[in-house]
Amino acid sequence: MKHIDEYRDGKLARSIADTIAAEAVRGRHYQFMEFCGGHTHAISRYGIEDLLPPNVQMVHGPGCPVCVLPMGRIDDAIRLATRPEVTLCTYADLMRVPASAGANLLKAKAAGADIRMVYSTLDAIRIAETEPDREVVFFAIGFETTTPPTAVAIRLARKKRLSNFSVFCNHVLTPPAIRAILDSPDARTVRVDGLVGPAHVSTVTGTKPYVSLTDEFSKPIVVAGFEPLDVVQAILMLVRQINEGRHDVENQYFRLVTAGGNLIAQREMADIFELRPSFEWRGLGELPMSALRLRQAYADLDAERRFSIETIPAADNPACECGDVLRGLKKPAECKLFGTLCSPETPMGSCMVSPEGACAAHWTYGRFRANAKAVAEKAVA
Amino acid sequence: MCLAIPIRVEELLPDDMARVSLSGVSKIVSIALLEDVRLGDYLLIHVGYALARLDPDEAERTLAMMREAAVPALVEMEACGL
Repeated sequence: MKHIDEYRDGKLARSIADTIAAEAVRGRHYQFMEFCGGHTHAISRYGIEDLLPPNVQMVHGPGCPVCVLPMGRIDDAIRLATRPEVTLCTYADLMRVPASAGANLLKAKAAGADIRMVYSTLDAIRIAETEPDREVVFFAIGFETTTPPTAVAIRLARKKRLSNFSVFCNHVLTPPAIRAILDSPDARTVRVDGLVGPAHVSTVTGTKPYVSLTDEFSKPIVVAGFEPLDVVQAILMLVRQINEGRHDVENQYFRLVTAGGNLIAQREMADIFELRPSFEWRGLGELPMSALRLRQAYADLDAERRFSIETIPAADNPACECGDVLRGLKKPAECKLFGTLCSPETPMGSCMVSPEGACAAHWTYGRFRANAKAVAEKAVA
Repeated sequence: MCLAIPIRVEELLPDDMARVSLSGVSKIVSIALLEDVRLGDYLLIHVGYALARLDPDEAERTLAMMREAAVPALVEMEACGL
């Protein structure tokens, strides 16, 4: 696969990692957060942590939209889907996210709710067109990557005068979440020396939104692709910035990301959506100006208004450590539920659901390496 | 959720749509969010939409940077006879 395989060359990855080991100053500890779940997945899948010297460590961040969606919003979606007139269209990622009282969308579908997995917002539009008697609601979720496709669908629904289509909007923004991680005032904060910045979010936003963050918090941000060589290269760039005392925004992913981003996508988002004053993130709590809703001009296509949705906050399973995992405070294996009650087949928390969630990534890839490492160390001892 | 890969444009279709294909799998996607899409372009496809166009020169430059970053380590490996 052109433009993919080149960035998965293991020999080159090991060599760049050797350069990291050579340049990381002995006695100095480097701790970087990869913001995105896509990076978390790549780090686990390709064993990147094993390539790094012991004094360069990665902390998983909250950049997984499925993981940060609070349970109350999944409850809302299930309530919507169980209305007899509603067809709920959703990305597959959301089907097994735990809701209150052990419910999820998959179980609701099995119990008879009309829930359909779609690949694209255009599939939801097509369903609304071909089934005019159904109230088709698109369960919109995601960061700036996934928001422009929702905006296009809303514009298209308006153009086609689709009266049976609406959007349950849960789109969130990355810069406020990065701010929350870097700015957390309480002591329960993980030390982060620099960030591997969003890959595909940045194709839309560009790298400019991160400049004020590096200035304000004096921490470097390197925007990087999701392929393993991209991540390793970005870590080297972060080590170099720290060594040189810099805290700039750098772009490792310049084959796809520009400073200004995708202006058409930005315009679509700005036309259709406006900021919510506040929105709850699992693990990070209420964050001001961190999420989007439909503008007044599109109120008729807003499922929250059409169905008078009032979100009731719901508490996560008290034993679930997703909140601390999302903030980088705990590693997945430190949760009591990990691998016992909680696995991708029966997830208790959202971090075990999405393949980009830190717990799912550790379950699928990381734990085997951790076990192999422990066995090897024992053999040496 | 944000996962996406660059895929080659095989055919331009009406209504801002295009057919793209990867390893024999072909799919129709929206190119409404990009301007001047051409045959042979590699587009970043996410949930059925093209979000960005890959710059082939910058891709070459990226690989050159990676090889350069690996050079000191490679030289060392060769010196050790690896």
